[in-house]
Amino acid sequence: MTVEIRTKSVKPLTNSFGHLQRRFGDKPATRYQEATYDIQSSANFHYKPLWDPEREMFDVRRTAITMKDWYALKDPRQFYYGNYTTTRAKQQDALDRTLDFVEKRDLLRAMPADTRALIEHAIVPLRHYEWGANTNSAHVAAYAYGTAVTSPAMMNTMDRLGMAQHISRIGLLIDGNSGESLLASKTTWTDHADWQPLRREVERMFVTRDWFEVFIAQILVADALVYPLFFQHLDSAIAAGNGSALSSLTDYLMRWYEETGKWVDAVIKTAAAENPENKALLSGWTVTWRDRLVTALAPIAQSTLGNQSEDALAAVVAAFNTRAAKLGLSV
Amino acid sequence: MAAEGNAKPAKKLSLKENYALLTRGLGWEPSYEKQEEIFRNISFEGIKIHDWEKWEDPFRLTMDAYWKYQGEKERKLYAIVDAFQQNNGQFNVTDARYVQALKIFINGITELEYDSHRGFSMLAREFPGVGPRIAAQMQSLDELRHATTQIHTISQYAKYFTGMNEFPYQFDRAWYLSIPKSFFEDAVTSGPFEFIVAISFAFEYVLTNLAFMPWMSGAAFNGDMATVSFGFSAQSDEARHMTLGIEVIKFLLEQDPANVPLVQKWIDKWFWRGYRLLSLLATMMDYMLPKRVMAWNEAWEIYYEQNGGALFADLARYGIKPPTRAPETIAEKGLVAHQMWSVFYANRDAVGFQMWLPSEEEMDWMSEKYPDTFDKYYRPRYEYWREMEKAGTPFKNTTLPQLCQVCQWPCLFTEPNDPTTLSLRETEYKGETFHMCSDGCKDIFDDTPEKFVHAWLPVHQIYQGNCFLPDVDPTAPGFNPMYEALRYMGIKPGVDGGDFKGSADATNWEKWTSRPANIHEGAYTDAVRDTGNQSDVARKAV
Ligand SMILES: [Fe+2]
Ligand SMILES: [Fe+2]
Repeated sequence: MTVEIRTKSVKPLTNSFGHLQRRFGDKPATRYQEATYDIQSSANFHYKPLWDPEREMFDVRRTAITMKDWYALKDPRQFYYGNYTTTRAKQQDALDRTLDFVEKRDLLRAMPADTRALIEHAIVPLRHYEWGANTNSAHVAAYAYGTAVTSPAMMNTMDRLGMAQHISRIGLLIDGNSGESLLASKTTWTDHADWQPLRREVERMFVTRDWFEVFIAQILVADALVYPLFFQHLDSAIAAGNGSALSSLTDYLMRWYEETGKWVDAVIKTAAAENPENKALLSGWTVTWRDRLVTALAPIAQSTLGNQSEDALAAVVAAFNTRAAKLGLSV
Repeated sequence: MAAEGNAKPAKKLSLKENYALLTRGLGWEPSYEKQEEIFRNISFEGIKIHDWEKWEDPFRLTMDAYWKYQGEKERKLYAIVDAFQQNNGQFNVTDARYVQALKIFINGITELEYDSHRGFSMLAREFPGVGPRIAAQMQSLDELRHATTQIHTISQYAKYFTGMNEFPYQFDRAWYLSIPKSFFEDAVTSGPFEFIVAISFAFEYVLTNLAFMPWMSGAAFNGDMATVSFGFSAQSDEARHMTLGIEVIKFLLEQDPANVPLVQKWIDKWFWRGYRLLSLLATMMDYMLPKRVMAWNEAWEIYYEQNGGALFADLARYGIKPPTRAPETIAEKGLVAHQMWSVFYANRDAVGFQMWLPSEEEMDWMSEKYPDTFDKYYRPRYEYWREMEKAGTPFKNTTLPQLCQVCQWPCLFTEPNDPTTLSLRETEYKGETFHMCSDGCKDIFDDTPEKFVHAWLPVHQIYQGNCFLPDVDPTAPGFNPMYEALRYMGIKPGVDGGDFKGSADATNWEKWTSRPANIHEGAYTDAVRDTGNQSDVARKAV
């Protein structure tokens, strides 16, 4: 039943929630603003967490970074659950058509044996890198301060599971759904000398407690080196002799990486601009993790890109340094 | 080139195989860092897990399927929310009293969804097994969804009614909102295994249906399309969460016999805490829905006594017994709703929603639903208060009530089997006396006093002077501590709470809709042109 009321003339008592009015003035709020600002509890916590009795349940002191207002770290994509899931669903629909195309024509399985072996050795193990990124991103969602960070961090966590599963599907397209390439890639990840330095750094992130340092190590630095190195440089090298079948699948990963970069850049830029101490800390972490990770990536780059590997890594690092400088970091 | 390719035809994967390949193999045994340094929170509670691989994934969702399924639900939900806003759907509810219940919802429940997101994020980080971690991640994101969709639907009401505009602020400060706040903070500040037993099993599996079914039918019955839409849209999320709850319990119990007493202790504790939290629903169902669906005691019979009984019979093979304090909940099912309404009515100037005395028609319904208790204990009280209202000397409590150290309800409950004796318990700990509302809460305090002494008890805090805004000078002439404490809590004295009759909500409602603000009492103002049924009003209003 719909009750028709002379409500056209009814003026609302208020245009938006009080906490939004205090931030943005008395005007209608966006759905991102409603879902994000000031949602996390911030006062009068009841108990000492058994897992961290020195701090409150939500506590700004879980990172050395300081902010006057943690909600300054907003997401320029303005993701809330609804537009996040519908965006990803749409992207997945497009990806499914590509996967279908590749599968129906057996495009990956038609590649020469050594190319398939190269993809198995150098692309499929990245599913474990993504699972590591999932762990690290979950760390940020769990222990960061404020909905503006924890909400996109949780979306990022799920994105990483999605990317791990997408990379796994590349494996299945190669091994004809037997799963052999996935089993093999796990051993490669845990045992092969090419991958051990990277795995070492991923595990080092697992024991890093400061959530903002984890954010820098994984989501800013590691991703900025790994994605272009594998999904651009190595991908181009493979495409040069084999056509673009693989690129049609890695393109999804690169687009996701670029979209996520908008969020990452906004967070880092704002935090670095907040005060000189932040800038110094963020710069220090960035340099430390960049140097560790560049060293860690050298063996796999060398074994897959051969004599182009140094140039490729140097190009990736140069692009990263330019980006970091634009974000206000001294690198 | 093709000749070189792999010529074996590709296999067709079943959903289950597909899921297993894409999920379970993702994790690895770390070797550069120690397992106990990576997952630091899983041993201090004493739970023993020998093999995380034994975890059965309750729902085999890969991320692509999650995005599509959830994205589709969101598309549909927001189409309804958009239409609701365009058509001023907030005025389609039965009357303006119904909106008072929504105030409790946005101020007291929505923030719990966010806390739940964080609690599950922690499990998503801290569990060593891939299966349980992915389940926790999906739930963490789902809980963000629940907070978000509740805010997006209720924001339309918040624009037209008082008392909903400061929900995050009030949640952290208002005295009665420390009941839900302390409940969830207790869970999140526990270890990961207690959290998942508390929330996934005791709350979601055992008690959620109780909250969900009567509440959603209540919303539907009273024309609240917004709540009905987000509620039903959340139902398939809840189904997943409940499955996780039962899977967790079985996994913990099967992993090691030493887990049984720990799990039992948590079930006892969280059943009682969850029950005390949901008692709020008792008063909402019986008193705040203008059109009622079922009485609290009926809901408790169906959703706990029958369904819960079957569940615990099933768990008996693991050595699990029904919650120790279940008999009390059954004994007092005819009392709680009335006792709570009485306390809220008496303290109506100190809450953020408006109160009223039940009408004749409503009291008759309660007599019928509660034949053993209502006429004997509560009708006379309400009739007496009605007389006081008529005489212009309405009954009011002017001091704040004593709160229970554990559940943070005012100590308003009676002995479960004796509605005339107030139930009060206390424990001495390190030279200080702590007060509890019941044996259930005392059990909990006595088990971990070191945790509960830190509870932020609003009434204590007010008396200690910790609940005033910085602009307040307690030594200034005319300083009114109660008024100032309410301001600190984000409650507008005289606007958000108090008597429903004469409130801004009641008056605006009649002005805007030409319908009575309280369908059981007829018009309060001249703005109502017809007190007949709604379709009449609708026809005339066009
Ligand atoms: Fe929820
Ligand atoms: Fe209690």
